[in-house]
Amino acid sequence: MNPWSAINGSLHSAGKWLGDLLTGHQGRRLVIALPYLWLLVFFILPFVIVLKISLAEVLLARPPYSPLWQFLEDSTVQIQLHLENYRRLWEDPLYTIAYLKSLRIAGISALLCLLLGYPMAYAIARSRDSLRNLLLMLIILPFWTSFLIRVYAWIGILKSNGLLNNLLLYLRVIDHPLNLLHTDFAVYLGIVYSYLPFMVLPLYATLSRMDLTLLEAAADLGCRPWKAFLKVTLPLSLPGIMAGCMLVFIPAVGEFVIPDLLGGPDSLMIGKVLWTEFFSNRDWPAASAVAVVMLLLLVVPLTLFQRAQQKSEGETPR
Amino acid sequence: MTQPKSVKAPQEPWRDPAAKPFVHIEKVTKIFDTTYAVDGVTLDIYQGEFFCLLGGSGCGKSTLLRMLAGLEQPTSGRILIDDADMTRIPPYARPVNMMFQSYALFPHMTVEQNVAFGLKQQKLGKDEIRDRVADLLELVRMKSYARRKPEQLSGGQRQRVALIRSLARQPKLLLLDEPLAALDKKLREHTQFELVNIQERVGTTFIMVTHDQEEAMTVSTRIAVMEEGRIEQVGTPTSVYEYPASRHVAEFIGAVNSIEGRVVDQEGERLLIRSESLGCDLVMTHNQPLPEGTPVTVAVRPEKLLASEQAPAAGYNTVRGIITDFAYLGDVSIYLVRLPTGQQMRVQLTNLARLTETPLTWDQEVYLFWMPDSGVVFAS
Amino acid sequence: MNRRRPFLLFTLLAFGYAFLYIPIISLIVYSFNSSRLVTVWGGFSTRWYGELLHNNQILSAAWLSLRIATMNATFSIVLGTLAATTLVRFGRFRGRTLFSTMVSAPLVMPDVILGLASLLLFVTMEHLIGWPAERGFTTITLAHITFSAAYVTVVVQSRLSQFDTSLEEAAMDLGARPWKVFLLITLPIIAPSLLAGWLLAFTLSLDDLVIASFVSGPGATTLPMVVYSSVRLGVSPQINALATLIVTIVSLCIVLAGWLTRRKEMQRRHAPAIDPT
Repeated sequence: MNPWSAINGSLHSAGKWLGDLLTGHQGRRLVIALPYLWLLVFFILPFVIVLKISLAEVLLARPPYSPLWQFLEDSTVQIQLHLENYRRLWEDPLYTIAYLKSLRIAGISALLCLLLGYPMAYAIARSRDSLRNLLLMLIILPFWTSFLIRVYAWIGILKSNGLLNNLLLYLRVIDHPLNLLHTDFAVYLGIVYSYLPFMVLPLYATLSRMDLTLLEAAADLGCRPWKAFLKVTLPLSLPGIMAGCMLVFIPAVGEFVIPDLLGGPDSLMIGKVLWTEFFSNRDWPAASAVAVVMLLLLVVPLTLFQRAQQKSEGETPR
Repeated sequence: MTQPKSVKAPQEPWRDPAAKPFVHIEKVTKIFDTTYAVDGVTLDIYQGEFFCLLGGSGCGKSTLLRMLAGLEQPTSGRILIDDADMTRIPPYARPVNMMFQSYALFPHMTVEQNVAFGLKQQKLGKDEIRDRVADLLELVRMKSYARRKPEQLSGGQRQRVALIRSLARQPKLLLLDEPLAALDKKLREHTQFELVNIQERVGTTFIMVTHDQEEAMTVSTRIAVMEEGRIEQVGTPTSVYEYPASRHVAEFIGAVNSIEGRVVDQEGERLLIRSESLGCDLVMTHNQPLPEGTPVTVAVRPEKLLASEQAPAAGYNTVRGIITDFAYLGDVSIYLVRLPTGQQMRVQLTNLARLTETPLTWDQEVYLFWMPDSGVVFAS
Repeated sequence: MNRRRPFLLFTLLAFGYAFLYIPIISLIVYSFNSSRLVTVWGGFSTRWYGELLHNNQILSAAWLSLRIATMNATFSIVLGTLAATTLVRFGRFRGRTLFSTMVSAPLVMPDVILGLASLLLFVTMEHLIGWPAERGFTTITLAHITFSAAYVTVVVQSRLSQFDTSLEEAAMDLGARPWKVFLLITLPIIAPSLLAGWLLAFTLSLDDLVIASFVSGPGATTLPMVVYSSVRLGVSPQINALATLIVTIVSLCIVLAGWLTRRKEMQRRHAPAIDPT
């Protein structure tokens, strides 16, 4: 028998066996199990470890923290939980200020993204079909180019002898350069700039799915356009607003690159604190504690996001 | 159930006790969560039939069809096709093919590739596949569309492709799931006749699901009327229409006047019924004994009623009423007649003569009369 | 709709786009500035591109990032498709809520938390079973897959939920076994969203700084890491050149994709006229 046909035949039956396995009842379990296990190992387990290490003490060792439990001589197990890290978070105002600042900056940024992004999404959703794809593509294109480099671009624009200042000086709007870089203002600008597509896209998705005949019905029943917007469009776009706000707020809380490159010493955000604890101080337990508290703060927004996701899971776009 | 005594027709295998059914469905039940979609259905279908499962939404007809195709598994019961137990056999291993309601044409394949798909799975030679596909396309006059994609076809064209795709493997049994639902009325009528022609030509047993009783009457050799997962009646279009087994079947197929009454007397096959809602006595033929006092429902179809402006001679099966409404449909006219008791009767009269004005009009008094054997009696 | 409002709306839209694109344009313009300084225009020059192409550090970092991104994207679409299939086709099963949460959480989780957690996992694993001994390509890829798969899941899930399952039933009815149905019917039809998912995962990986910084080791420096260390010190024109190259490549790809789609549309429209039935 021709060896190629033998190989071909055995590959064929192997594929058949695998395929039947994957699509039979046992196969169903396999399909669920693979991603499930991956996520448990690479997503959930790490968080457990973070929690464990936040309760450790920093050591000059490899790894640079104390073990959680130790087996001692007389068949006893000693478990040591160091709450030092959490105590420091609580007592040192640096951390509290950083947490609150992060929440505030993320919150205001989300709001600014909403104020700029909603009209954009609305305009795109209501535009002509031929124009719409172009507009969407123009929103997505910056997203495909490097985030880091685009943040870097703002350095060149905002610094004292940068583009913006030079332009304003040239137009004689100001006398001497404004201090724009390394301020809170630059951080807000950077976050809104980077996260804007994340607000526009879910909003666009919701608005484009909206049934326009609802607005026609409202007009027919005597509702002026502004009121129709407030009473019909806005409430219906609430899931999109929620998804967009959470897509901006939650990652912005822990943002590192933007405050690091564009922010100043007093725009300390918690992401930067974590980074510093880890890389500069080499204090892994402290960094872990910072992470745990950050997660706790984000539980409520995360749940809101989950709800919005599940709600959109049930929708079928028309 | 009253059945006419008729000459045994040689083309009706269901009348022959020695004939073997081609499809034997035995006490098949399907439960979804806690709902009985199909409840203990037993049915025999013979080779070469064009069999219809007829019923409203949710009656279980589609579920039963899908179990025949293998796309659903019965919770209990057996399905035998050509003497082989197919209950647990997966769809790709059955000699059965299905034509889907949405046509389910593969959008990324051409018409040719769609039709050839089933043949490729059978591992036929390339030349043989090519020839078969060409023949099938010829059958429905779609040869010039071979290279098109489904999105480039009209609804009627897609339907034809779906039909030949399902016939390509020459299945022993073809299942059709509301195949004409998406077509407009004229096209639907035309396609109904085409389907019957193709079925007679190819000789395959067809089982079709529909909610349109006119459609079922047009194409079928026999109809099974289903309701709530159960079969109410199986029979030829004539027997189901003229001799409905239950009030539900009578009311589902065609329009009917339902009259409540009570048995007063029975003489052989003639029942004397008194009706309060009609305000008169009825004499109906019924070949089963019913005790005096039994409450009954009499079903008389609108076209079986005779109307005249003068009172007829008989003292029974006659009512007098006022025409409250009528509809002129071209070939027939439908009249709604209100009786003094408040009951409304529906009458259908053929427009035999071409008249510029209809002879009967609103608020006109009219007498309605019907023959004793032109209705069915159900014990309530 | 009254005349005035669209005007206001479209002005805002234009402003939004200007806001998005002015930084990018400034990068491109100054990549051709022969002077280092932003204030002075020293004339048109491509010297920074020359320097960039000889900068071994950047080139080897770019190569590493591309390899990681490719590996990551390929594994992510497999994992993401499995997860999406589970969520769309398998209805309710025990642990579904947990699964659904785990799948969508990485979409919003701050990078620093993901990076720290992944690193601690790798360190613990090394401590317990001796692997991974070295952090670099493998650990970065593994960490990237975890969050990329979440994005792919969203994309594929959205496509799968619109998928007409009667097509699969028809294929089975015509004699195709389930695995063949998947290969011949399901896969070709969802292929565009798989491609979109691949590209998304590729971009996210190529762009990631924080997570890579945490889980990387000596000798494994990714492109973002190199860019970051350059820009911390201020403006660097080579980075501008790099940025321009990236923008150009991406734009060309998008234009190409758009052109291909438009050509397909044209072919469809110019199909021979449909005869009346």
